[in-house]
Amino acid sequence: MTASVVTWPILSVVTFLPVLGAILIYLSRGDDEAARGNARWIALWTTVITFGVSLILVLRFDAAMPGFQFVEKVDWLANGISYHMGVDGISLPFVILTTALMPFCIVASWKSITLRVREYMMAFLFLEALMIGTFSALDLVLFYLFFEGGLIPMFLIIGVWGGPRRVYASFKFFLYTLLGSVLMLLAIMALYLNAGTTDIPTLMQTAVPRNLQIWAWLAFFASFAVKMPMWPVHTWLPDAHVEAPTAGSVVLAAILLKMGGYGFLRFSLPMFPEASIYFTPLMFALSAIAIIYTSLVALMQEDIKKLIAYSSVAHMGFVTMGIFAGNTQGVAGSVFQMISHGVVSGALFLCVGIVYDRMHTREIAAYGGLVNRMPLYAVTFMVFTMANVGLPGTSGFVGEFMTLLGTFKASVTTATFATLGVILSAAYALWLYRKVVFGKLTKPSLASIKDLTLRESLTLVPLLILTILLGIYPKPVLDMSAASIQQLVTNYSTAISAVKAAALP
Amino acid sequence: MNDMTFEMAGYSLLPILPELVLAAGAMVLLMLGAFRGPQATGLVTTLAVVLLIVTGGLIVTLPAGKLVTFGGSFIVDDFARFLKILALIGSGVTLILSTEFLADQSRRIFEYAILVILSTVGMMILISAGDLIMLYLGLELMSLALYVVAASHRDNAKSTEAGLKYFVLGALSSGMLLYGASLIYGFTGTVNFAGIAAVAKGGNIGLVFGLVFLLAGLCFKVSAVPFHMWTPDVYEGAPTPVTAFFASAPKVAAIAVFTRVALTAFPSVAAQWQQIVVFVAIASMVLGSFAAIGQSNIKRLMAYSSIGHMGFALVGLAAGTVEGVQGVLVYIAIYVAMTLGTFAVILTMKRNGQPAETVADFAGLSRTNPMLAFIFAMLLFSLAGIPPLAGFFAKFYVFVAAIKAGLFTLAVVGVLASVVGTYYYLMIIKLMYFDEPKGAVDPMRIELRAVLAVSGLLVILFFVYPGPLVSAATTAAKSLF
Repeated sequence: MTASVVTWPILSVVTFLPVLGAILIYLSRGDDEAARGNARWIALWTTVITFGVSLILVLRFDAAMPGFQFVEKVDWLANGISYHMGVDGISLPFVILTTALMPFCIVASWKSITLRVREYMMAFLFLEALMIGTFSALDLVLFYLFFEGGLIPMFLIIGVWGGPRRVYASFKFFLYTLLGSVLMLLAIMALYLNAGTTDIPTLMQTAVPRNLQIWAWLAFFASFAVKMPMWPVHTWLPDAHVEAPTAGSVVLAAILLKMGGYGFLRFSLPMFPEASIYFTPLMFALSAIAIIYTSLVALMQEDIKKLIAYSSVAHMGFVTMGIFAGNTQGVAGSVFQMISHGVVSGALFLCVGIVYDRMHTREIAAYGGLVNRMPLYAVTFMVFTMANVGLPGTSGFVGEFMTLLGTFKASVTTATFATLGVILSAAYALWLYRKVVFGKLTKPSLASIKDLTLRESLTLVPLLILTILLGIYPKPVLDMSAASIQQLVTNYSTAISAVKAAALP
Repeated sequence: MNDMTFEMAGYSLLPILPELVLAAGAMVLLMLGAFRGPQATGLVTTLAVVLLIVTGGLIVTLPAGKLVTFGGSFIVDDFARFLKILALIGSGVTLILSTEFLADQSRRIFEYAILVILSTVGMMILISAGDLIMLYLGLELMSLALYVVAASHRDNAKSTEAGLKYFVLGALSSGMLLYGASLIYGFTGTVNFAGIAAVAKGGNIGLVFGLVFLLAGLCFKVSAVPFHMWTPDVYEGAPTPVTAFFASAPKVAAIAVFTRVALTAFPSVAAQWQQIVVFVAIASMVLGSFAAIGQSNIKRLMAYSSIGHMGFALVGLAAGTVEGVQGVLVYIAIYVAMTLGTFAVILTMKRNGQPAETVADFAGLSRTNPMLAFIFAMLLFSLAGIPPLAGFFAKFYVFVAAIKAGLFTLAVVGVLASVVGTYYYLMIIKLMYFDEPKGAVDPMRIELRAVLAVSGLLVILFFVYPGPLVSAATTAAKSLF
């Protein structure tokens, strides 16, 4: 691993820098306007510096190597449970996605959060640390620690700074996710006892008996399906999205949902190949239902955020479908789809937040004709809507196309249904756009609405560029993960053919 | 009498030295209190804490390895050392938490500290008990003192009711325990744990019958379902520092003797007691989780919470392995840290000098007392077992042991119960963080601050360096096998 030798523990630094920022905010006492300003600036600088440091990861990353890089390992809990961090081509894009989006979340909260600013910024910084940790943990217990720990700040973010039904939404979010995860915890313990360690690279090499594979797969599924979320356990997501503050929705849609897909890729496929192939029909069915059913549900929504939330569920359907197609196109497409969805849905929620800050409503019916007063907004919103639909030339297209391509190889029926879903996604997205942006500006409340401010433009333009750039030149992301995905797919198919060969008389 | 000849009637007194020092110290403090009267309360309490620390030091400096005296009746092994230190910490911190309670003119009772110390002597004997007689002696010494401290708020009807209720039900459970012990003696011809284990080889119906009664008595002491009914009433009625005491040190001793009896006296009938422990654990976890949801008094809520936690600790015992005992020990240690911190918060919840004991009183605490609310929220998340807080690791170790022993149903029911339990902890956090404030609470006293800070730091930062506790628990667990 000569290319990635860094003399300092760069991953730990990236992970725990936000915690340092949170401590700094805590130390800056007071609750006057100056203290709030300080908290905002410290949070912004922390996230920007964290992003900067995480770019070193990209520069030093050796994309040709399929294994884990920047590895750190320290004894932690006794007996095979260690503090083990590292990234490969699958996890690095998610780490970068997290660090890249956080500054936008902070800026998006600049004006809209005026109550308890210090606590808010601290919660976000802790959340960032836990999210980065989730994607770079190479030990199951450590992974679980980060994965579940993220519930605490998110619970507070929804509950303290959320909308009118915030209590209901935060409880639902917390308990739903926890219920799925505790079963995974038991499976982690079973794997620990099977292999004597919770070290992820070691576990990937360890054969797991078929019976345990099935149960462990189901337990991990319980957790990741809720987190993803997959139909029919997606119902917490619209509530959480609607009630969360803008930046909370962004983090939820852009990063937290990706933990489910990341989990399937990191654990289910490599560790339980036999169970994965056994459950592939189930996953295909659930994915196809998610794509079609939640798209139809999205068509009926009256709340902008809810509509985007349902569209997220549908898009995650493409991800699960691609992952369980189990071939290079499918898996690479899923990773790309997740990254693209992270950028696009994050941007869409930012867009909703912008009109919400002005009008304090998310009712689709309360808007209409925004293009007359907000041309800049109309353009940006259109690009992200098109990316959400999967228009060629935007990043949304690449992911959908690749996952569909991969799925066609594995199951034509599923791919056919999923492709139909693409049409539906165009239907609801265009309908939303027409209702909100086009038409005559008749509502008196909208008569004096202002276009994007400089601060808002600054948050949206980079995401806009990224969306189009990834749409026409997806190579950097695909290259970064290619070697790791290739290895994953090869191991997966080897394991499956070994099982099939053994099953033959 | 020097070190070499420190003995009585041929038995070495060295292993029991810490208990002797503690008991003799209690007598000296009693004299001091009797001669100086109520104004010596503060002094007696302070000296009692010093005495507990000295005793802890003695336990640490005892020769290493397994020390046995009185013909196997009294055992000091690593298991006993670990739990005795824990019980001493529980008692010592309780005394620190009681400072304010005892400072009140009407409640300057110097006997309080002495009773706590005598109860602690009972706990230490209980933890080291190697036969049924020693077990009963320790249990009664501990319990009798507890009955009195429960009623120590003499002019308060609730407090006296709590003491009386505890006494009547405690006497009943002692009766059951004695009945069980007599049956076991009758069927094995010995009261010594090792002797019982040797004779009980195949096990027979009479022995198992006795075992059931013995375990029923012990379940009462750990307040495990279905012998939990006294807990909410006593927790609510007793003065809050006393409740903190009930929730910490005696639970340590009771879990200790439960573990030692089950594993050293009845290894040959493990299948039988395992059934009982599995049932009791499941019932406690489920009832503790569901019943706490409806509580409006924070002390009653903590009572159900402690019932649930004892259920989780018993999950480790149900496994009956070294890992299981290690899990029990880690669990109980973290439980004591969390509980004492929680009670420090409950004790500080006063508005204009009046205790605010309903759950609703916590509303908006994060606005008026942000630091207090933050640490309390972390303690509650930890009690719920959310990572990366200490409570998660406590649950982790017991469930690993349960899965290793093949107790899958128990593990699944356990984690599901913990999700239900999370709901009521979240309710308190919701009140503190999401709701409008009810007005600031009185300034926090320095000793409560100190206890809360230590407990909060342990709970929040446990994940950074879990090694010492885990390896101490492993050593302690191995000494039982």
